Amino acid sequence: MFYREAGQYNTTYEKDMQVFPIKQDKIGIAIWLVLAYLFVPFFGIPGLEYGFAMNAIMIPVLIFTITTIGLNILVGFTGQISLGTGAFMGVGAYACYKLTSYFPDVNIIVLILASGFVSAIVGALFGLPSLRIKGFYLVVATLAAQFFLEWCFIRVGWLYNYNASGAIEVPQREVFGWIVTGPSAEPVTRYLVVLSILIFLAIIAGNLTRGRIGRSWMMIRDMDIAAELIGVRPLTAKLSAFAVSSYFIGVSGALMVFMWLGAAEVESFDVNHSFLYLFMVILGGLGSITGSFMGAAFIWTFPIVLKELGKSWFGINATVMENVSLVAIGVMIVVILIAEPHGMARLWQIIKQKLRIWPFPH
Amino acid sequence: MLDFLYSIFVGPFVDMWSLPDFLIQVLWEGFVSGVLYALIALGFVLIFKASGVFNFAQGIMVVFSALTLVGLTELGVPAFLALIITLGVMYMLAFSVERFVLRKLVNQPDIILFMATIGLTNILIGLGQWIFGGETKTMITEQLWLPTGSSVWEPGGGLVIFQHIDIAATVIAVLMIVGLGFFFSYTKVGRALRAVADDHQASLSVGISLNQIWVIVWFAAGIVALVTGIMWGARSDVSFSLQIIALKALPVLVLGGFTSIPGAIVGGLIIGIGEKIFEIYWGPLFGSGVEGWFAYVIALIFLLFRPQGLFGDKIIERV
Repeated sequence: MFYREAGQYNTTYEKDMQVFPIKQDKIGIAIWLVLAYLFVPFFGIPGLEYGFAMNAIMIPVLIFTITTIGLNILVGFTGQISLGTGAFMGVGAYACYKLTSYFPDVNIIVLILASGFVSAIVGALFGLPSLRIKGFYLVVATLAAQFFLEWCFIRVGWLYNYNASGAIEVPQREVFGWIVTGPSAEPVTRYLVVLSILIFLAIIAGNLTRGRIGRSWMMIRDMDIAAELIGVRPLTAKLSAFAVSSYFIGVSGALMVFMWLGAAEVESFDVNHSFLYLFMVILGGLGSITGSFMGAAFIWTFPIVLKELGKSWFGINATVMENVSLVAIGVMIVVILIAEPHGMARLWQIIKQKLRIWPFPH
Repeated sequence: MLDFLYSIFVGPFVDMWSLPDFLIQVLWEGFVSGVLYALIALGFVLIFKASGVFNFAQGIMVVFSALTLVGLTELGVPAFLALIITLGVMYMLAFSVERFVLRKLVNQPDIILFMATIGLTNILIGLGQWIFGGETKTMITEQLWLPTGSSVWEPGGGLVIFQHIDIAATVIAVLMIVGLGFFFSYTKVGRALRAVADDHQASLSVGISLNQIWVIVWFAAGIVALVTGIMWGARSDVSFSLQIIALKALPVLVLGGFTSIPGAIVGGLIIGIGEKIFEIYWGPLFGSGVEGWFAYVIALIFLLFRPQGLFGDKIIERV
C-alpha cells in the first residue's frame, strides 16, 4: 500500500537507469540521510550515552561497512573467497601512517583516500594466483597474504618508523580548522568524516557493480569459462576486482586506525578479524551493497546488545555472553546459508515485495 | 653483496655441516611437527573425499576434542571414561553436522558449504570456551599412559635429545594411518566410503546411504582430530591458539593434493621439516618468525606450477 510504484512512469532512459528509480526508495534514502547527518550528530542513539553510542557503535559500524562493501565486491560479486581482509586493512593503515609522516601538511582525508591505492596494489599482487587457481586453493593464497603481511607489520621497522612500542600512533591533524584525528578530536567530527567517506565510496561501489565492470565480475562469478567465451577477460576482471576490493578495504583500515582506534598494533589486523568481516558479508548478503550495511551493523552490534541484555536482565557476566554470541552468530551463519543464501539483503527485498501488495495479497 | 649471497647460499650449509647433531635435532623436530600437520590434513582429506566439503572446522575439532577430554578429567571423570565420553561427543557432533547442516545443504555450491563450516568453527569455539573456559590447559599425559621422559643419543660426541612423547606420537600416527588404510581396503564400510569418494550418484544407485557415510566419515575425522589433539596437547598444551596453527594443514593439502591420503602425509612432512630448517638456518636473515608464513608462501609458489598438488587428481574443467 505504501510501497507501490504504480503511476510512476520513466519517460527517458536516464530516468529508467537511475540508482533508485522508485519514489518511495528516494524518500527512504532521504530519511536515512537526514537521520545520519542531522539526528545522530546531535542526539546520538536514543537511550545510550552519547560518547558510547558514537565511539563504540556508530563509528565502527560505518568503518566496517566500507570493509564489508570491499570484501563483498570480491566474495559476493566476483566469487573469489578471501581470508586476507585483516591484513589488507593493515596495509591501508600502515600506508596512511607512512604518508602522514612524509607529507604532514597534506589534508588527512586526501591521504586516507590515497592510502587505499597502496592496498589496492598489494591486493592485486596477491590476487595474481587467482588467475590460475580458484575456490579453496585461493583461500590458501589469501592466507599466505594474511600471515606474510602480519609478519611484515612486526618485523619491518620502517613501517612504524622504528618506534619502540611497535605500534602506529595517530598524529593530530586538522581539516579546515577542525581537529579530525588524534586524541583530542571530537567523536562528532570523526563520525561525520567517516560517514561522508562511506557515502562517497558506497555510491562509487553501487555504480561500479551495476556498470560494465561489475557485470563482468558477476559473469566471472557465475561461470568463468562461459564469461571468457563471450569476451570477458579473466585477467582484467579478476585483478580489477582484487584491486577495487582492496582499495575499499585499505581505506577502511586507514579509517579504523585514524578515526576510531587512535593507535594500532598487529592484533587489530589478525586472521580472526578477517573471519569477522567474512561473516558480515555472508550474513548481510553476498553480492549486495545494501546487505553490506546490514551485515556490518548486525555483526558489530549483536554481541554488544547481547552483552548488555545478559548483564542487565539475567546478571550473566560478559565473558559468558561473549561466547553465547559467538555460538549464536555461528548458528545464524549456518541457518542463513540454509534458509536464505542471499542473506539479510534478500529478506529486505522480500519484505519490500510483500509491502507492494499489502494489504490485498492478490 | 657477496656477503649476502654467501649468507643465503653457503652459510647455512656450512652451519649444517659443522654441527651435524644439531641438524639431526632440527630434522627430528620438523619431522614430528610434520607428522602432526599430516594428521590434521588427514582429517580434511577424509571429509573432502567423501562429501566434497572443505571442512574448515577440522582445526577447531582438534582443539574441541582435546578440550573435552581434559575438561572432563578436571571434573573428576577417570581418564579412560573421559576418552569414551569424548568419542561419544565427537559422534554426536558428526551426527548433528550431517543432520542439521550437510543434509540441508546438499547440491549447494562448494563455497556455501565451506562457509557453513566456518560458521561451525564459530559455534565450536563459542561452545568450547563457554563450557570449559578459555584458559590454557595441560594435557593429561600420565593418565593416558603416554611416556613423558626423554632419551639422549650421542652420535660421535654430539647430542640429540628425543622426547618420548614425540616418538609415541609418531608411532601412534603411523598405527592410525595403517589402521585407516586397512579399514578402507578390507571392510564393507571402508569400501562404501571409497565408492562414495569415487562417484556419489553411482554409489547411491548401488544402495549406499550417503547420509550414513557422511556421519561415519565425520566421526572418523573426529577420531583423527582427537588423536591429534592429545598428541599436540601433550607436546605443548591445550589452547585455542592451536586453531591458528591448525590452519597450516591448508598449505599441506595444497602440496599433497586435496584428495590423496599419502599426499597429506608427504605434504605434512615436507612442510614440517622445511619450515623448521628454514626457520633455524635462514630465519635470522629475515628476522625470526618466518615459521608463521613459510608454509603458505611455499604453497603459493607451488600452486602456480602444479595446482592439483603432488598426488592429487588432475583438475579437468568441462563445460
